[in-house]
Amino acid sequence: MIKVENIKKSFGKVEVLQGISCNFLPGKTNLIIGRSGAGKTVLLKILVGLFTPTAGKVWYNDTDFFQLNKAQRRAIRMDVGMLFQGSALFDSLTVEQNIRFPLDMFTNKTKKEKLMRVNDCLARVNLDGSNDKFPSEISGGMQKRVGIARSIVLEPKYLFCDEPNSGLDPKTSIVIDELIKSITIENNITTVINTHDMNSVMEIGDNIALLYKGELVWQGNKDEVLDTDNQILQDFIFASPFLQRLRSAALAK
Amino acid sequence: MYWKETMRQMNDIGIGSLVIVGIISIFIGAVTAVQFSYQLQGGFIPDYYIGYIVRDSTIIEMAPTITCLVLAGKVGSNMAAEIGGMRQKEHIDAMEIMGVNTAAYLILPKLIAAVVVIPMLVFLAAFVSIIGGYLASVPTGIITDTDYVRGLRSFFDSYNIFMMFVKAVVFAFLLTSISCYQGYYVKGGSIELGQASTQAVVLSDILILFADYLIALLLTS
Ligand SMILES: Nc1ncnc2c1ncn2[C@@H]1O[C@H](COP(=O)(O)OP(=O)(O)OP(=O)(O)O)[C@@H](O)[C@H]1O
Ligand SMILES: [Mg+2]
Repeated sequence: MIKVENIKKSFGKVEVLQGISCNFLPGKTNLIIGRSGAGKTVLLKILVGLFTPTAGKVWYNDTDFFQLNKAQRRAIRMDVGMLFQGSALFDSLTVEQNIRFPLDMFTNKTKKEKLMRVNDCLARVNLDGSNDKFPSEISGGMQKRVGIARSIVLEPKYLFCDEPNSGLDPKTSIVIDELIKSITIENNITTVINTHDMNSVMEIGDNIALLYKGELVWQGNKDEVLDTDNQILQDFIFASPFLQRLRSAALAK
Repeated sequence: MYWKETMRQMNDIGIGSLVIVGIISIFIGAVTAVQFSYQLQGGFIPDYYIGYIVRDSTIIEMAPTITCLVLAGKVGSNMAAEIGGMRQKEHIDAMEIMGVNTAAYLILPKLIAAVVVIPMLVFLAAFVSIIGGYLASVPTGIITDTDYVRGLRSFFDSYNIFMMFVKAVVFAFLLTSISCYQGYYVKGGSIELGQASTQAVVLSDILILFADYLIALLLTS
C-alpha cells in the first residue's frame, strides 16, 4: 500500500499541489483523475521520487520514502514499474532491447530465459513479433504498449501509469485498461493510474481520487461516481452536453 | 552491462577519432619542423636540432594539449548532447525508476573509456607528429635524413613521456566529466541542449589549458 500525507509541491511561487492525502491500495487500480494541469503528473512523479515534495510524506507500506538515501530508494524502485506520459522508450534500442533492459541490468538470467520473458511480456500486450522494430517505427499506441511491457518485465509490486490511453482509439484504450487491470489483480500490484478518460474511470475505477487545481476534492469508486452530488466531479465526468443529456435521461427513469 | 558499454565507448572514442587525430598530428609535426628551421637560419644552432625540437615539443605540449582540445570539441560535445537528450526525453527518469544508478551507468563507462583511450590517442598523435616533421623537412631538403634521426635520438628524457601521459589522463578526465555534467543536468529544450553542448566544449577547453599550465608548473619545478 502507498499512503500520501499532506503532500505539497510548489514550483517557484506557484503551488501546484496543496496538501494531498490519500491511500493507494494493493490489488486495485487506483485512479488519479482531473483536468489538464490539475497536478496529476506532478503527484505521480512525487510518488516515485522524481520530484521532491515541498512538504508531506509518501509511505511505501511502513517506509517513509523521502527519508531514504539514494541506495535505499533504488532498492524500493526494483519493485516499481512506470509508464511515462510520453512512453520514454530508449530510441536507439529495439523493442526487444527496451524490454530486456531491466533484465540485463538486474538479473542473471541466461539469454534464452530473458528472450522468453521478453516474448511473454510482448504477448501480454499483443505485440508478438515486434521484437526488432525501433520505437520510431511503431505507432504511439504501440509505443505505450511496449512501455507497459517494459514496466512489468521485472514483475513489479507497484505500477504507475501516466495516461496509459491518451492518444489511443477507444478500442485500444479498453484493451490497455483491461490489461493493466488483470495484471494488477493477478500479481496483487498497487497500481496508480493518471487519466482523464471517462471510459477508464467507469471500467477500472476501484479507487478514484479527483484532483482539482492541486487539491483533492473527491475520493470514491466507480459506483459512487454516478450518484455523486459533488459539482466538480459532475462537471468533470459529464463534461459534454451529450453526456449531460444521457445522465438526465437516466435519472428521469 | 557496464563492461559492454565501456567497450562500446572505447570504440567510439578511439576508432572514431583516429582519422582526425592523425590529420591534425601530421600538420602539427610539419609546421613545427618548418617554423623551427626558419628560426634556425643563419644561427649557430646545428640543423639536427629540428628533429629534437619536433620530438620534445610534440611530446610535452602539442600532442596532449591539441589532441585533447580537439577531442573536447568532438567527443565532449557528443557526450553532452547524448546524455542531455536522454535527460530531456525522460530516458534518465525512466532508468531511475527502474532502480538504475544513472549517474554511474551513463557517466562511468565514458569516463573509464576516455581515461584509457585518450592517452593512447595522444601517444599516437606524438608519433604521427614526428613523422609529419620528417615529411615536411627531409623530402623538401630542409635537413637530411640522418640529421633528423640524429635529432630525434638526442637528449632524450623519458620523463617527458611521463609528463605527456599525466597530461593526457588529466585532460581526458576533465573533458569527460565536464561534458557529462553539462548533459546530465540540462533543462529545457533543444536550444538549451545546444547551449549545454557548446558550454561543454568551452569549459573543457579553458580547464584543459589551465590544467596544462598547472601541470607544467608542478612537473618541471
Ligand atoms: N517542472 C515543472 N516546473 C514548473 N511547473 C511545472 C513543472 N511540472 C509541472 N508544472 C506545473 O504544474 C501544474 C500541473 O502539471 P501536471 O503536469 O501535473 O498536470 P497534469 O494534471 O498531469 O495535466 P495533463 O493531464 O495535461 O497531463 C501545471 O500548471 C504545470 O504548469
Ligand atoms: Mg500529465
